Amino acid sequence: MEIIVYGIVNSVSLALMALGFTLVYGISRLPNFAHGAFYILAGYLAWVGIRSLNMGYIVSVLLTIFVVGILGMAMYRFFLIRVRGMPISEIIASYAMGLFILEALRWKGLKGMTFTLPVIYPGTIFLFDVPVDYQRLLVVAIGAGIVAGLWLFTKFTRLGLALRGIAQDEQAAMMLGIDSDAMATVATGLGSALAAVAAIVLLPLGNIVVEAGYQVLIFAVAVCIVGGLGSWAGAILASFIIGFAQILTVSYMQSHFQVVVALLAIILTLIAKPSGLFGRQKQLEERV
Amino acid sequence: MNMDKPLLKVEGLSKTFGGLQAVQDVSMVLYQGEILGIIGPNGSGKTTLVNLITGFIKPDKGSVKFRGRDIAGWPPHKIADLGIVRTFQNMRPYYSLEAYRNLIVPLNSPRAKRMGMGRWGERDTVALDILEEIGFERDSFVPYKKASALPTGYLKRLELARCLALKPEVIIADELFSGLSASEIASLVPLIEKLQGGGITFIMVEHRLRELFSLANRVIALDFGTKICEGSPKEVMANPRVRQAYLGPGGSD
Amino acid sequence: MAEVQRRKERLDRGIKVRAESIYAVSSWEEAAYLLAPRIILVLGLLLAPLLVQSPYWKRVVTVVCVYGLLGLSFDFLAHFVGLVSLGGALATGVGGYASALANKALGLPVFLSIPLASLAGGVVCTVLLLPCLPLRGVYFAIVTLMYPLVLSRLVEAFNILGGTDGIPGVQGFGGPWAESYIIISALLLCLFGLRRLVNEDLGLILRGVKDNDQAVKASGISVTRYKAIAVFIASTLGCLAGAYLAHLYMWAGLSLFALDFSILPIAATVIGGGGTLVGAVVGSMILIPLSELLREFGTLRIAFYALVLMGFIVVRSEGLMVWAQRKYHQFERWVQI
Repeated sequence: MEIIVYGIVNSVSLALMALGFTLVYGISRLPNFAHGAFYILAGYLAWVGIRSLNMGYIVSVLLTIFVVGILGMAMYRFFLIRVRGMPISEIIASYAMGLFILEALRWKGLKGMTFTLPVIYPGTIFLFDVPVDYQRLLVVAIGAGIVAGLWLFTKFTRLGLALRGIAQDEQAAMMLGIDSDAMATVATGLGSALAAVAAIVLLPLGNIVVEAGYQVLIFAVAVCIVGGLGSWAGAILASFIIGFAQILTVSYMQSHFQVVVALLAIILTLIAKPSGLFGRQKQLEERV
Repeated sequence: MNMDKPLLKVEGLSKTFGGLQAVQDVSMVLYQGEILGIIGPNGSGKTTLVNLITGFIKPDKGSVKFRGRDIAGWPPHKIADLGIVRTFQNMRPYYSLEAYRNLIVPLNSPRAKRMGMGRWGERDTVALDILEEIGFERDSFVPYKKASALPTGYLKRLELARCLALKPEVIIADELFSGLSASEIASLVPLIEKLQGGGITFIMVEHRLRELFSLANRVIALDFGTKICEGSPKEVMANPRVRQAYLGPGGSD
Repeated sequence: MAEVQRRKERLDRGIKVRAESIYAVSSWEEAAYLLAPRIILVLGLLLAPLLVQSPYWKRVVTVVCVYGLLGLSFDFLAHFVGLVSLGGALATGVGGYASALANKALGLPVFLSIPLASLAGGVVCTVLLLPCLPLRGVYFAIVTLMYPLVLSRLVEAFNILGGTDGIPGVQGFGGPWAESYIIISALLLCLFGLRRLVNEDLGLILRGVKDNDQAVKASGISVTRYKAIAVFIASTLGCLAGAYLAHLYMWAGLSLFALDFSILPIAATVIGGGGTLVGAVVGSMILIPLSELLREFGTLRIAFYALVLMGFIVVRSEGLMVWAQRKYHQFERWVQI
């Protein structure tokens, strides 16, 4: 029972980490290797807002999500746009951006136990005789809420439909008057804001440390590869597979193996079904 | 051509892409030494058929037999190794390499080595020979130009040259004539006839019906992924279903 | 906005045209003009340990060469095969541990353990990366990023190979001269070897794979096989660097899997100019001494590399050597339009 409850929580956490990355790559084929850095940056900004500036929880959180979203847009608009279409440079440039943010934060002293975000409702509840704190339940609720919200957004709003148009066929969408660069800017902004949301919900469960930034990036990409890119259902299913696999390894082995499990999942997927669980032929050609 | 020597036998080949039946139950025979034309309107599954035969896409169902051996589902390089080579509709040269060095790559393939297409140190010369045969002026700068600097006509020839470097048995040419001017096509036609005379069998997937009908011995017409007609160029041209596929329902001259 | 009235025109210098396509370089002045950059590089590297006095800067010269090797390995894979590896530390780690084991467990001397560890490490890395070879671009990059992390976790978790303490007491080189000249000659050998290789048949196939792997498949060549060969070559270079480091510090430990070995070579290559090979070496000649000067800033160093990397990608993405080669071999002039 414990495994099921914690498995679900862990899976939803993974999905939250991965959503932003999948969104950006799915829409504009841009691998945002700074994703993990934005996650940690959001945690740090929220901490500054709450602890140093005493702005109150709600204000700091909203402001953080907004600022990180704007930063993501700025990163695309002023930086990544110059290397668009050169895959090698795209990877290196966004990774360099992420490294810069993370290592600068490390230099600011972001390590150890000093930096923690407050949980929203402290306390624990017993679910099927398993103790779960409210924050973890909140993770599941917010994760579900975001998935539903994004689904509605891409199905029913003008902007959402435009984003889907770019995702499916960039050139056709451009001919219909959709600005590809503007959409990519929006997508990076949205992706970064999602990273911020994930950070604010997930970081209270641990400390804000730089290493977590690298881990988030790795987990996000693992989920994307296993799930098949651009497929929401695939990403969510993959989060559950990797999430449960991790919880199982943690409870039967040491926690060192969490990253190992993610890599194993990738390699097994590649051998068994190179297009990912929900990948389609077009993606397969792109990948292999 | 030799009607009692089937070289390639395709039976019941099918492929669906997420609900779209791209190729449906196509069967055909390719005889040694002939030029087989494949025609069909846009989206009729011609290129998919080429991809299925050459292994670039794995078929859902059906068999492709080359000299009696089922090669359906083999990886593309193994199929090319048997001598079934293809050109790409949108040309795929190595843009950063010079024209003659584009041929060094296929000349290093296991098949080319087996067929004695030049040893180490001779390959440059062999590459230049092939390019000359295919219409690159040997004493000019053209063979030494980067592929990215070559015009379409030469790139199409380079596609053919890549096939020739493998000493092929079958060349599957995917829209070789598209994007070329009438005079460029006119200079390619005798070349293909010469290669056919040299014992190479062709499958030519084409949009340009007039040029194809003058070259092909037999023609197959596809529409919506199924074979609608097969026969001599004249028979196919006269077939009402082919006219309908090209001109739309109720269409006529 | 003012209308653009002129554009820059670039023309190859006569000597370049003749040297490349007609092979008619007659006078010794012309030969010298063509050979000068090469001679300067070789002599500069060979004389460097003689010119610097303090042992500290001698050590910096060797570290430059180590990163030069790693940069060569990255540049070769990224710009001649099309595989972007963010995990150069995989090779240094594997090579370092392999050499330490060969030295300590098998009792081999340095001059045997380094080459043996390079080759064996190359094989190990290739086998590890084999399942990922069909991957392209982003996917390959991220998977390689994970490898060094995973391996160091495994060493930690199973407490093998000395665990977090590493393997101490690896045999050293016994003197600063051997230390310097082993790595300098290895670097020069690899640099000119690779430059030759990418114009040989094997190199042309690999460049074909980078340009267009579909066409390579259509030529009856197994792309995976050639990617494996390329990964073997690149990881052998990386393992050589790692093995050398293990003997240099007389210790093999988890720090051989550190992020520096993945990131610095990439930064050096981008700064020096990707796709030129020599650019990776020149890049590390600039970056490493700079980072030594910044040593007191501690971990901010990596942030600094990242910043330089970003700046170069945005402002001068071609890199120094591409720019320098252009200046050396071409006239530039403004023409009215």
